[in-house]
Amino acid sequence: MFTWIILLIVAVIVFWFIGTYNMFITLKNRVKNAWAQIDVQLKRRYDLIPNLVETVKGYAKHEREVFEKVTELRTRAMSASGPKEVGEANNMLTGALKTLFAVAENYPELKANENFLKLQEELTNTENKIAFSRQFYNDIVMRYNMSQEKIPANLVAKIMGLTPSEYYPVPEEERGTVKVSF
Amino acid sequence: MKRTLYELISENKRRTFLFLIIFSIFLIGIGYLFVYALEWGTIGLILIGLFVILYNIIVYYNSDKIALLSVGAIPAKEEDFKILHNVVEEVSVAAGIPKPKVYVMNEMQPNAFATGRNPQNASICVTTGLLQMMNREELQGVIAHEMSHIRNYDILLMTVIGIVVGLIILLRDIFLRSMWLGGGRRRRDRDGAGGILMIVALILAIVSPILVALIRAAISRQREYLADADGAYIVRDPYGLASALEKIGLYKKPMQVASDATANLFISSPFMGEKYFATHPPIEDRIKRLKSLTF
Repeated sequence: MFTWIILLIVAVIVFWFIGTYNMFITLKNRVKNAWAQIDVQLKRRYDLIPNLVETVKGYAKHEREVFEKVTELRTRAMSASGPKEVGEANNMLTGALKTLFAVAENYPELKANENFLKLQEELTNTENKIAFSRQFYNDIVMRYNMSQEKIPANLVAKIMGLTPSEYYPVPEEERGTVKVSF
Repeated sequence: MKRTLYELISENKRRTFLFLIIFSIFLIGIGYLFVYALEWGTIGLILIGLFVILYNIIVYYNSDKIALLSVGAIPAKEEDFKILHNVVEEVSVAAGIPKPKVYVMNEMQPNAFATGRNPQNASICVTTGLLQMMNREELQGVIAHEMSHIRNYDILLMTVIGIVVGLIILLRDIFLRSMWLGGGRRRRDRDGAGGILMIVALILAIVSPILVALIRAAISRQREYLADADGAYIVRDPYGLASALEKIGLYKKPMQVASDATANLFISSPFMGEKYFATHPPIEDRIKRLKSLTF
């Protein structure tokens, strides 16, 4: 009788361990997948920026610092690693792009340029998608990190050698609402 | 939030199922009357049964296509409606559902609706007037409202009820008309088809206002308030939709193609003055509620 009870307890623990282990695997992959969603948009954004800079340069030659800032921040964002660093660099890049589009307002010919309008729409599209996938990413990271801290699942997390994932930083002025308009 | 979303979805599915069951019983009843009066016997009953099954399949799988067709919506080409496609794509990322198919209808009144049986088979349709009048944020707000209807399966219930009621109204009109037209002849041979036709027409005439009341109950005003709030939450911005509703409220001409059957689908009532049935709460009230939201 006694051995059966022991066996039962062991079985329960083993099943619990397997279940928890698999939950962590699922969450880990979902974090990875959510990050991939953001990454696709970031890549698209990096591809669009040189075109934009070239187009704007044709009309607004004197705004050199703005171009340089955008180009420099793009390079920095591309070489950054990890969600936190990438996110911070990209948030700065968003700021620089906002300045660039604000500057473009002063050039009526540029604003009538079809290529420019197209690029502006494309960048707004990527920008919004980054912002919306960021919400998803941060939600899933929160679940992943919280599961690692909770008792008794934290024991499994320790055995698996898991570490909390980084959040994608949310720019100060955007906290609360996601609203991007160039 | 998540939990209530699941509850909403299962409630909408249950209501749709219930509605189809009730209406099938009603159809079988009418069919039975016919079979009995015309003495078709067992074969007639089997045919009625098959018809009801077929009818339910058609309603479930095709009511979105019927709704789109009935308002004259055409697929929006990606190259001609780039911004619209982009906005729909962005909002579907935010809502976490696949990108719905995008349609436009040639109509000056700014309006929009969503239809389909689930998020995997959903469509969003906007009027050309809406595209002309709204800026990007306002369009985003409107699309987010529709996306909320899609995500919680409002579209299934609203489309199915709309199509079924449309069918009833159509049947009633046909029967009533045939009664007026053929009334003189029918009076002489009172037995058989003529009498039955009259009974059916009477039943339909009595039942259709009841069904319209049923729509009112199912598509309560609460549903629109909820889609406003949920849509604003999806894009974390209540002001785009609020400002879009302001513009929609200023437009005073009724829509050309909307009927009683499809009216409940739209973001704001396509009729003016809420003459037919008040499926939508007053716009001023919706705007006020939206502006009080904070996230």
